[in-house]
Amino acid sequence: MSSPRQAKRAPSVGAPMDRVDGRLKVTGGARYAAEYAIPNLVHAVMVTSTVAKGRVRAMNTSVAERALGVIKVLTPFNAPRLPGAPKPGPHAPSAEPGPQSVSGSGASAGQGAQGPAARGAVAMRLPTLLQDDVVRYNGQPIGLVVADTLEHAREAADLVRVTYDVERPVLDWTKAAAIPPEQVHPLGGERTSRRGDVEGGLAAAAVSVDHTYITPLENHNPMEVHSTIAQWEGDSLLLYESTQGIFSVRNTVARHFGMAPDKVRVVAYFTGGGFGSKGGPWSHESLTAMAAREVGRPVKLVLTRRQMFGPVGGRPRTEQRVALGAAHDGTLTAIRHHSKSTTSTLEDWVEPATSQTRLLYACPNVETQYDLVRVNVGSPTFMRAPGESTGTFALESAMDELAYALKMDPVALRLKNYAEQDPESGRPWSSKSLRQCYESAAARFGWSGRKAEPRSTRNGRWLVGWGMATATYPARRGAAGAVARMLPDGRAWVRAGTQEIGCGTYTSMTQVAADALGIAPGQIRFELGSTDMPENPASTGSVTAASTGSAVHDVATALRQKLVQLAIADPQSPLYGVSEDAVRTLDGRLTTGGDRGETYVALLARHGGQPVEATISTRPGAETQQYSMHSFGAVFTEVWVDPDLAIIRVPRVVTAHAVGRILNAKTARSQIIGGVVWGVGMALEEETLIDPRSGRYINADLAEYHVPVNADIGTIDVAFIEEPDLHVSSVGAKGIGEIGITGVAASIANAVYHATGKRVRELPIRIEKVLS
Amino acid sequence: MERFQYTRARTVSEAIGIAAHSSTAQQGAPVRYVAGGTTLVDLMKLGVERPTHLVDINKLGMNAIERTKEGGLRIGALVRNAALAHDPTVVRDYRALSEALLSGASAQLRNVATTSGNLLQRTRCMYFRNTAMACNKREPGSGCSAINGDNRTLAILGTSPHCIATNPSDMNVALVALDATIHVQGPKGTRTIPMQAFHLLPGDTPDRETVLEPGDLVTHITLPPPNARATSRYLKLRDRASYEFALASAAVVVEVAGGQFHYVRLAMGGVGTKPWRMSAVEERLTGAAVDDATIRDAAQLAVRDAKPQSENGFKVELAQRCLAHALRLATGLASI
Ligand SMILES: Cc1cc2nc3c(=O)[nH]c(=O)nc-3n(C[C@H](O)[C@H](O)[C@H](O)COP(=O)(O)OP(=O)(O)OC[C@H]3O[C@@H](n4cnc5c(N)ncnc54)[C@H](O)[C@@H]3O)c2cc1C
Ligand code: SF4
Repeated sequence: MSSPRQAKRAPSVGAPMDRVDGRLKVTGGARYAAEYAIPNLVHAVMVTSTVAKGRVRAMNTSVAERALGVIKVLTPFNAPRLPGAPKPGPHAPSAEPGPQSVSGSGASAGQGAQGPAARGAVAMRLPTLLQDDVVRYNGQPIGLVVADTLEHAREAADLVRVTYDVERPVLDWTKAAAIPPEQVHPLGGERTSRRGDVEGGLAAAAVSVDHTYITPLENHNPMEVHSTIAQWEGDSLLLYESTQGIFSVRNTVARHFGMAPDKVRVVAYFTGGGFGSKGGPWSHESLTAMAAREVGRPVKLVLTRRQMFGPVGGRPRTEQRVALGAAHDGTLTAIRHHSKSTTSTLEDWVEPATSQTRLLYACPNVETQYDLVRVNVGSPTFMRAPGESTGTFALESAMDELAYALKMDPVALRLKNYAEQDPESGRPWSSKSLRQCYESAAARFGWSGRKAEPRSTRNGRWLVGWGMATATYPARRGAAGAVARMLPDGRAWVRAGTQEIGCGTYTSMTQVAADALGIAPGQIRFELGSTDMPENPASTGSVTAASTGSAVHDVATALRQKLVQLAIADPQSPLYGVSEDAVRTLDGRLTTGGDRGETYVALLARHGGQPVEATISTRPGAETQQYSMHSFGAVFTEVWVDPDLAIIRVPRVVTAHAVGRILNAKTARSQIIGGVVWGVGMALEEETLIDPRSGRYINADLAEYHVPVNADIGTIDVAFIEEPDLHVSSVGAKGIGEIGITGVAASIANAVYHATGKRVRELPIRIEKVLS
Repeated sequence: MERFQYTRARTVSEAIGIAAHSSTAQQGAPVRYVAGGTTLVDLMKLGVERPTHLVDINKLGMNAIERTKEGGLRIGALVRNAALAHDPTVVRDYRALSEALLSGASAQLRNVATTSGNLLQRTRCMYFRNTAMACNKREPGSGCSAINGDNRTLAILGTSPHCIATNPSDMNVALVALDATIHVQGPKGTRTIPMQAFHLLPGDTPDRETVLEPGDLVTHITLPPPNARATSRYLKLRDRASYEFALASAAVVVEVAGGQFHYVRLAMGGVGTKPWRMSAVEERLTGAAVDDATIRDAAQLAVRDAKPQSENGFKVELAQRCLAHALRLATGLASI
């Protein structure tokens, strides 16, 4: 930290320190939710629906119940009613034109897609907890088999015979009627934003573009599938959970069971990736707890890879129409961005795809709007940069189209409309270094050598294309607490109830605490991942560095202060009587700079050899009303397209991001690399396929659901523009988890256009889209 | 999850003796040989294959690559894909086979996958792999979900109203172009089957994929002596750079003499319901001048009978580009 109270020494914060948990992870010592060996543990397997809409008429479980090792089969017909289970109302899918014919077997219960689509938002996430017989998507959990071994549970799950009253599902999002959401749930904000006069701005434009951009359904697929172990002790529940949000799981499960939250403890010391899908609880946590209570034994449930498609969220499909108008010199006169995204009939989840459009460019006339189509698929949810990943594809593609229409360099167009303050709120930025990002990335990329004309650059048989786009993501922060304790032996431990989802939280928080206390990182033990620790926000929305980082920084600072005060008030201390401000801490020593001083160990030895502790809870304050807080970046991409064979390669991506203070140069770089790799996948490969008639997820495994492989990735050149932002957080960080993917898909699509002259407005850019 | 018996066969005749009791050697076979297991075990986990008896053939030897006395190659059924792809003779004399194998799956899979397993791998049609969906191949008479469903990756040649699934193997395409022979030992003795006749068209029995009968064990595959003056190449097109099945692929064996195609063997993958031999195109090319016009014309002929489905119309064009480029590579008209 740059705190004046510290002695001069290379700070730990910012250093590319190896992960403190790296050894545990590579040796298998890091234990994930499903890996706890608990005596008496039994196994559960979910039974899921094979139709997309209707009712479960009957479930014949008699064969399954008699199968070897089976302890219990739970269905909507015998599952205990949970006092706090949310009660889904009749949220009809969007109206769809055409005959209401019944497909599949079984008679219709007579509730086809009803007339005009129901209005109004289903705000809360509605998990399916076997509380009713309604089927809302194909793959929905409709039963749970508990057996002594996983194999027995799987075998019995296959033996459950289900009959349905099948209704015709609504699956054609292109035809389904749009529903205006009442609110932008759950990320907040208004459905519509308007500033200035968009119609006027478009009418006055010398040049304009107006196109529709489409992004497909996608599913997260972290390496670790969702898993839960539930163990009851009396009326208390312990959950080992694979989650990004231990407190949100605790609170939701407690609510379902009508329990006080402090009766539920959720533990997640390591989570094998989440990307948003583990941001909050789904069905399986409470179902596992229900099963454990029913059978009176601890129960483990691990989703199959196939069950990762539907029951635990995904990115919705978006259809975004963007109109831009500009004067001849590139000055934007109007931006209109309307986004229509899919949702389920369980939750009116809005992909906030227009949020960046409200503030990215200094345009006086801007209008954005959201619509939803409710279809019979699993609920959408947060997926790495929800909103900005899909939204920047549309907006930054449109900006590229405008640049061509204007015959202007794409970077120059963006600089022409650079927003010196938040154009929507009028507030100053807490920090913004986007200009430097463009400059840094463009220079390293060699952008100035670009020939603007499409198809103008070749390398042998390849057409070479260069494209760029802007990256952005909000800098959010939540309330967070921490406790820190200095031990008599000079080591310190710090605890905060956050999560390690692979981002390097154990490591970066160790670094923050080490610097604030003035001890070596090796002397710090940072603990996280249990709800008996101080509450912290879920590891979503890139909040952890700013939220937990502030709490850890502040609690370590408070502990240090306590110890300094102890020393200067102690006549036996060499520092007795020194002013607090004059004391520096370095390598576990309190000094005034020279030889005068003592160690934490010596200080505590004189004070009864007892640990000294500090606790803190932090929250964002008035600054959130004074400043607009966002991270920014620039992505430059080179693609090679074989014009004959329609092969697309991405040999080179160059990025620059300004994301506040970098806590660890190595893990930060990894975050951007991961985001870029995912962006390549989003641009070229990723798409969840739903059978158009049955609503079945049909590419629900990693052989068919394609993400980039090593051979797809070329060099990724990452740089950061340092801009410690003390408005966002006392640790100066803005968060880095999401921004890496934003802008990447647009940058690639723009490069493909530059290479081929072909503008692809629908992701993913597969072979057939460049085959002419 | 199904219960099954597992026998590690010690001799070929023991293996055949057990498998001979199977009601079929096709879809639904209650007895299955298991080699590398990378197709079979995967499909068993998905509930697509439900054998009651597995006969492990990994201890039967059958894993040598040897010269035949005619100067061809004899490839044991259990030779692993990686070993075959990197065999110096294969690399030198049957380059298309090496390239085809190396374009398939991943290094890890190729280390365990076998020659006979690859030959007999099942389609990747996503509906076939999903027991909740109707599929004539998996459950005869239940219907074909892929027609009018998501059929982007499926076939345009050799389809029937009952099934449009592709044979997904890369190796098989090269074997067809190289005129391989499959050697089978069964309850009634040994026999040989030309590679081209080994796989069946779906017709109205898409559950029948090969000519194998209960008990039939593939023991080895032979390749005729290489044409020393010919060049063989394999070209595979797909969305991602690796670890994906072919959208279109071509194996070509070409000898050019005096500026003309002298000897031509062509097969395509990713587009046919079986590894697709392009006999008519071979005929057209033989004796024709080696130039771009001839090649374009040949590529057009290759897809003359193509029947695109709702989502895979692009394959008609892609297949032509693929074949044409493979021919350019083999004739030196293109270098990469
Ligand atoms: C993720 C993934 C990606 C893949 N990508 C590709 C790809 O891009 N290109 C490609 O070509 N392949 C690909 N494959 C398929 C792979 O090549 C096959 O799974 C493999 O070759 C099968 O060999 P095996 O030995 O494991 O067969 P097994 O699974 O052991 O057997 C397959 C079938 O052959 C039968 N069988 C095996 N040996 C004999 C014998 N001697 N006689 C009679 N019957 C026998 C078995 O009974 C079984 O029905 C991929 C596979 C996976 C899982
Ligand atoms: S194409 Fe063949 S394998 Fe695919 S669903 Fe139809 S019948 Fe089954």
